[in-house]
Amino acid sequence: MLSKRIIPCLDVKDGRLTKGVKFKGNVDIGDPVETAYQYYLHGADEIVFYDITASSEGRDIMIETVKNVAEKIFIPFSVGGGIKTVEEMRRVLLAGAEKISVNSAAVQNPEIISQGADAFGSQCIVLGMDVKKVPVSEKIPSGYEVVINGGRKYMGIDALNWAKRCEGLGAGEICLNSIDADGTKEGYELELNRLISSNVNIPVIASGGAGTPEHIYQVLDDDRADAALIASMTHFNEYTIKEIKEYLSGRGIKVRMNW
Amino acid sequence: MIVIIDYNAGNLTSVKRALDYIGATSLITSDFKKILDADRVIFPGVGAAGKAISDLKSNRLDLALKEVFESGKPVLGICLGTQIILESSQENNTRCLSLVKGDVLKFPDDLRDTEGRKLKVPHMGWNSIKLKRPHPLFDGVPEDSEFYFVHSYYPAPSSPDNILGETLYGIRFTSVLSSGNLVAVQFHPEKSGRPGLKILENFYRWSGKKNVE
Repeated sequence: MLSKRIIPCLDVKDGRLTKGVKFKGNVDIGDPVETAYQYYLHGADEIVFYDITASSEGRDIMIETVKNVAEKIFIPFSVGGGIKTVEEMRRVLLAGAEKISVNSAAVQNPEIISQGADAFGSQCIVLGMDVKKVPVSEKIPSGYEVVINGGRKYMGIDALNWAKRCEGLGAGEICLNSIDADGTKEGYELELNRLISSNVNIPVIASGGAGTPEHIYQVLDDDRADAALIASMTHFNEYTIKEIKEYLSGRGIKVRMNW
Repeated sequence: MIVIIDYNAGNLTSVKRALDYIGATSLITSDFKKILDADRVIFPGVGAAGKAISDLKSNRLDLALKEVFESGKPVLGICLGTQIILESSQENNTRCLSLVKGDVLKFPDDLRDTEGRKLKVPHMGWNSIKLKRPHPLFDGVPEDSEFYFVHSYYPAPSSPDNILGETLYGIRFTSVLSSGNLVAVQFHPEKSGRPGLKILENFYRWSGKKNVE
């Protein structure tokens, strides 16, 4: 049967990790290529790069980073952050990424999803969604609203309707980030994940809130999500991917144990 | 020299990068003669069956592939490349290459696991393979290895002789086909970590015969 995926997320700016990532037995590393390689060797099922560079020079550096990553890691990886056009998608995919994640660009121009899916296939297009819990209203019937700019800007779009619409436009996967849970290390937003996951037929990657293997278990159990995005949990040696997977496996979640 | 057949079907450079990594010389080409001159051929592909077949035919690459297959040189199909070697595909109701008897079917709409939970289509992510018999391409690949899949249609060869490996996703489907000098896999060995690279290494050394000499 299909395994649930554990996906480390690396934030990159101007070709460097924005926070150092430290592995057992290694010194602090700011190099996204070496860090991705270590994760690849140590059991990550996929890797997400989130490019927070604003400048076009920074973007060229990111393309170089993607090329260097693709030369030495042989699992899928995606790149997100600031990609707005099919041409930009093409550059990143040709450099070796498996998938492109679009977030604000899709909110501003939903057609980018269908254009990307037509050009490269749905499997290449990940919809990144930042979501905040709000009071249920006529406009936001699910009680979850799509936000951008790290949660500062409310878009007046219902998260569930948005997820379904983007699935229809050709998104192949959804990376669902709860702004409320993000950074708390108190666990994923389980209700949100269940709501979206049970209403779309594409995989959902849960994001935001992971602090312990138990949190990952909670969101992967009972099909609330198909994959879990993690960051600080493993970046600073608190847990290894292996420890997380052994825990999940012990609790009956199928994960890839041989790599 | 390994030739990777180029027919506009997705990102072929990821296959080439994996071959570079294991030290296998390769060339991405749509040149008829270069394909026939290759020592071995990889037939990859991502996308839809209908377009793939028409792109192949417009360059006569279907004929090149058939000729290579009949010559006995080792051929490795990947993903869509694996599907279109069969006789037909339900995707775009496509007439395929008929190198192996059988069809390509869509996963049923109401796909469920053994506990009755609904399964999503496409089948995307890591899954395992149960080999029916040993094969040189899987030498040294641990039995519990998993491989990266992304597909909504699956190969269904008519003869059990062509079923080398099976994968469970709601139904049991053929994830590895073989026919003499041809092996075709539904997953992406170039994205499947070390077990995937091992398969590519084995292919690089394989004579095209069933057993290791």
